[in-house]
Formats: sequence, C-alpha cells, structure tokens
Amino acid sequence: MNLRFVKTLRLGVQSLLLHKLRSFLTTLGVLFGVSSVIAMLAVGEGGQEEALEQIQKLGSQNVILRSVKPPEDRVSNQETRVVSYGLTRADEERLRVTFPGVTRVVPALQAPVEVRFEDKVCSPRVLATPPGYVAVTGREMLEGRFLTWGDEQSDASVCVLGYEVARFLFPFESAAGKRVKVGPEYFEVVGVMWPRVPIGSVVQDPSVEAGGEVFMPLATGRSRFGERQAIVRSGSQEITEVQLHEIIVEVDEAENVPFVADACREMLKRNHDKKDYEVIVPLELLLRLEETKRIFQIVLSSIAGISLLVGGIGIMNVMLATVTERTREIGIRRALGAKRRHIVSQFLVETIVLSGCGGVAGVLLGLAIPKVVEHFADLNTIVRPAAPIFAFLISVGVGVVFGLYPAWRAAHMDPVEALRHE
Amino acid sequence: MTQARQASEVVADLRDVTRVYQMGQVEVRALDQLTFQFRQGEYWGIMGSSGSGKSTLLNILACIDRPSSGSYSVRGTEIADLDDDELSELRGQSLGFIFQSYNLIPQLNVLENILVPVLYQDEQPDGIEERAVALAARVGLGDRLDHRPTELSGGQQQRVAIARSLINDPALILADEATGNLDSKTADEILELFDELHAEGKTILLVTHEPSVGERCEKVLRLRDGKIDEVYDNRSVDGS
Repeated sequence: MNLRFVKTLRLGVQSLLLHKLRSFLTTLGVLFGVSSVIAMLAVGEGGQEEALEQIQKLGSQNVILRSVKPPEDRVSNQETRVVSYGLTRADEERLRVTFPGVTRVVPALQAPVEVRFEDKVCSPRVLATPPGYVAVTGREMLEGRFLTWGDEQSDASVCVLGYEVARFLFPFESAAGKRVKVGPEYFEVVGVMWPRVPIGSVVQDPSVEAGGEVFMPLATGRSRFGERQAIVRSGSQEITEVQLHEIIVEVDEAENVPFVADACREMLKRNHDKKDYEVIVPLELLLRLEETKRIFQIVLSSIAGISLLVGGIGIMNVMLATVTERTREIGIRRALGAKRRHIVSQFLVETIVLSGCGGVAGVLLGLAIPKVVEHFADLNTIVRPAAPIFAFLISVGVGVVFGLYPAWRAAHMDPVEALRHE
Repeated sequence: MTQARQASEVVADLRDVTRVYQMGQVEVRALDQLTFQFRQGEYWGIMGSSGSGKSTLLNILACIDRPSSGSYSVRGTEIADLDDDELSELRGQSLGFIFQSYNLIPQLNVLENILVPVLYQDEQPDGIEERAVALAARVGLGDRLDHRPTELSGGQQQRVAIARSLINDPALILADEATGNLDSKTADEILELFDELHAEGKTILLVTHEPSVGERCEKVLRLRDGKIDEVYDNRSVDGS
C-alpha cells in the first residue's frame, strides 16, 4: 500500500516533469496566492502590533483629558488680550470627588520654557505633575527616581529628564545630580526616564513634537511659572491662561473605562461653553483597532481566497487538459486492471504535487517578502508561525478541491472509448 | 491425450451474447446471439471484415464492455455479476492485452511498463520484479530494461507489450491486430513469439483482418454481421 503510494507519487512527478513549463506556470497561481497571503498577514500583523503597543503604553485603563486651544474668534484687536481656556482645577476636583471607579486623577501643567545646560539649549515639553504620573502612565526610570510627595510639599527645585533630553544635554555622562536651567531657574536633576516608544499615527504624542520631556513637581511648576503664559506676536501680546494642560484619569477596571469616559465627556460638556478640551480613551482606540483589524482580516482573507481560487481554477483547467491528453493512457491502465480509485488517486496526487510545490515556493517567497518590505519600506512586519503552515495547508486543500473533478472525470471514462482515443 | 485434457477446460464462455449500439436513431446489432467457447491452450484467429463485430467481441472478451444480453464468463466467473472494481480486478489478474499500437505508457521504462498490471493488484506477488526481468529477457529485451518506449522500435515495443500481458500469468491473452503496425519481417517475429507461447500452453485470441496472420493461428473464427460465419481448424485444412 505504502509502496504503491510511493510509486503513484513518483509517477505523478514524472508526468509533471514531462511538461515542465506547463507545470511551472500552473503552480504560479498558487505560488502568488500563498505568498501574498503570508506577506499581507505579516505586514498587517506588524502594523497592528505597533499600534497596539502604542495604545497600551498610553494605558488601556486610562482616560486622558487634554486642553485644546479653541479656534480664535478675532473680535477684539486689542494689543494685549488674555485668552483663557482648557481644563480647570475645578474639573480636576469634580473628577476626584464625584466619579466612582476612578482610582487616580493626575493633573499636569505645561510650561513653555527652554531647558539649558551650559551652552546647550532645548525646548522639551516641561510638565509640572504630581508623583502619580509615572504610575498611571506605566513609565519606568532609567536612573535615579521620579518626583515624590516630599518634593511636592517642599516645593523643591528638582526635575526628572526624559530620555531624549538627558541624551541631548548630557551625551557622555550621567544627568543625575546635575543642575539644569529650566526657564529662569536652576533645577536639580533627580532622575532620567526610559524612552517611550514613539507614538505614531494612532495618538498624537506632544512630547515627540517638543523633542522630549522634563518633569517637575506640580506645586513647583505653579509657583515658578504660574498659569499665565505670554506669547509675543508681531505688535501684539497674547496671554493665554490654562489651569491644567492634561488630566490623566485612571479607572479601576477596564470594563468601567467606557462609563468613566462618557461621564468625563458629559461633565466637561456641562462645564465648558467652548470645546476647549479633548478626551482620549486608549481603550476605545484599542477597540476601534480591533474592529479595523477584523475588517482588515476579512479583506485579506477575501483577497487570499480569490487569488487561491484563481490559482485553483488554473490548476483544474490544466488538469482537465491533461486528462483529455492522457485519455488513452487512462484506457490502457483501466484495461490492465486499474480500478477507478487508482485513476482518481493518480490524478489527485498529480494535482496535489502541483499545488503543494506552488505552496512550498509560495511560503518561501511569502517569508522573503516581509524581510524585503522591512528593509526598504521601514515597516514593522510579523510572521506568525501559523501563517506559513496555514497557507501551505490551504494550497494542498486547493489541490484536493480542484483536482477532484478532473480525477473523477478521468476515472469515469469508458475504457472502450478511452482506448479508441487518438 | 494431452489435447483432449486441455480441451476440457473452458476459459471464455459466451452464451447468446448480443451487443446493441444506439447510433442516433439507428440500432446497430454488433453481436447477434453469439454462442461460443474458447478452451484452455487454444490459439484462435478471430477474423472478419470491418463491421463484422470482431472489435465488439474483443471488448466483451476483454471485460471492458458488457453484453446487452446473454452471458459471458471467464473461467466460470459470470461477468454480469461483477461490479466495476471486481471487473478491473479480473482484467488485471486473468487477462493479458496486446494492442495494435502497443499502448505502452510513455513516462515509464520497459521494466516499469511490464509491471503496470501488478501495480493495481492488492498484493504484490513475491519475486515479481525478477519475473518481469525474466519476461523481458524472454521477449529479447533483457538489455533494454531502462529504455523508454520512445527509444524502442515498433517491434520492440510490441515485445514489451507481450511481456506485460504475461506478467500476471493470464488465463487468456487477447491481441488486437497485434502485427497491424509492423512490417512483415517484424510481424513474423512477433507471430513466432505467439507460436512459442501457444506451444507453452497459453490461450491466445488474436483479432486480425489479415488472412496471412489468420493462417498462422491454430483455429479461425470468422464473423459476419455479428454472427459466426465459419469456424475452421488450420491444421485439419493442412491435413495434419
């Protein structure tokens, strides 16, 4: 039985080799189908993973509120005007007091100042924030420590540098213990944070645009820089007043996030007459991403299905031609004692060998494409181990499905007619 | 004495065999109530002009066609009772085929071609490869085992076909115009091979329309319009 299978297999390969070009062209359909499935899955997975990572860095149990400067209404043309917008301390208080399910509320104030060390100057995002910030954002320290309640209470002149800022100001030495000038005042560096994965298209990360981050105690920030910031433009001076630039609301459980997010939106809507805030819910982004992923996968599988269908039809077409071409051979074999199932297995094996070869070549090509894409397009790709296996099995399946009819036709030929066939 | 014992066993038994083809509106009676028995060790030439029904008779004898009515049995096995698989098995085990156009399988070499009927047996007999090699030598192709059919002359291909027909030691060897595609010298060699097989006691039915070939057979069955026209024994005509 096993020996016969080996013989059938060898015979199939021999028959295919009799028409090398035709066999090769036939496998191309499956080859491209399989390789595109693997490649597209790899690119898709890679993109998804990157986005997923970004969102998780933001904290899927957080709701982030940010102040947004509303569109200017150019009614007054005064030389000096005060624009007041954004989140308020009252908002923070309401969040803290009235919201069930909220475990932490971490406000942050941003100061538009430069940071200097000796002759190096940079303009990072300077955030004044309480110690809870590091916990709710899940960030980690590279060296030193983050801000403490002690710093907060003593109004200390200490700061923590983001990785980018530390590298810029202190390229060859440790930043800890150094004194940097933030705006007009000197601060002691107590720690440096791990770099944060750059946030791409999914959520805008202000720290990237600003070229890094510097953190100081909230109280220190308030007392040194206040809430009013002056922007001098040509001929006029604009003073903006923002009480808080960001409030991060941490929720006890992921399932409560949607309620808290809705409540935040509701509360802000009631208390702000302008839309001078935005609410970012990483979990919602996550869910939206899952949805996108599902649609993406449906589209991908449709494309894969269509290309494999086309490949399969190509194989079936060639096999039908082969069966007709070898009608006489079928007649001979039947006359010499071949049963119908022998003929079926002979042609089925040939089809499976064809599609299987296409499958193997397709897997190899499919594994190569993501590497090329990664190299040239700077895209992250991930090939899951299941993808090539799955794709190969599909190609074999295509061989079986599209080989059955030609094989059945071959087996059900009338031997008398088949032998008479020229 | 030997002749009488051999003659007692009926290998192929046809009774009232009728085969009707429907050609559009017309009904063609290719065989009409034919009753005949072929016995072990006989060497028959089946003759007749074209349309006489000899091809139809051969197809039925070969179990690739069934009678419309009547019965046909091979060594006592009634064909009508067999399904497609059993019929295939019977062909593979009890019948040997030799065709006019040799009908070797082009992808296979000489040895593999000889072994094709064995491929479809449920059990591979012991020493079958040795037997195939011996048969190839027997038909004079012992040194060409790995040649493909395209590398052989017509006569050599027909020799391979003869070796193939013998591999399962069949009850009945059916040859269809086995020398039709060969020049007279090569045809003669093939017919000599048949003579040898006959002398070994094989049962051979040779369909031919060539009188010169028919004369070489032991006995002749002549068909006409699907019926037996005449039956004669070449040896008795010779007066032997």
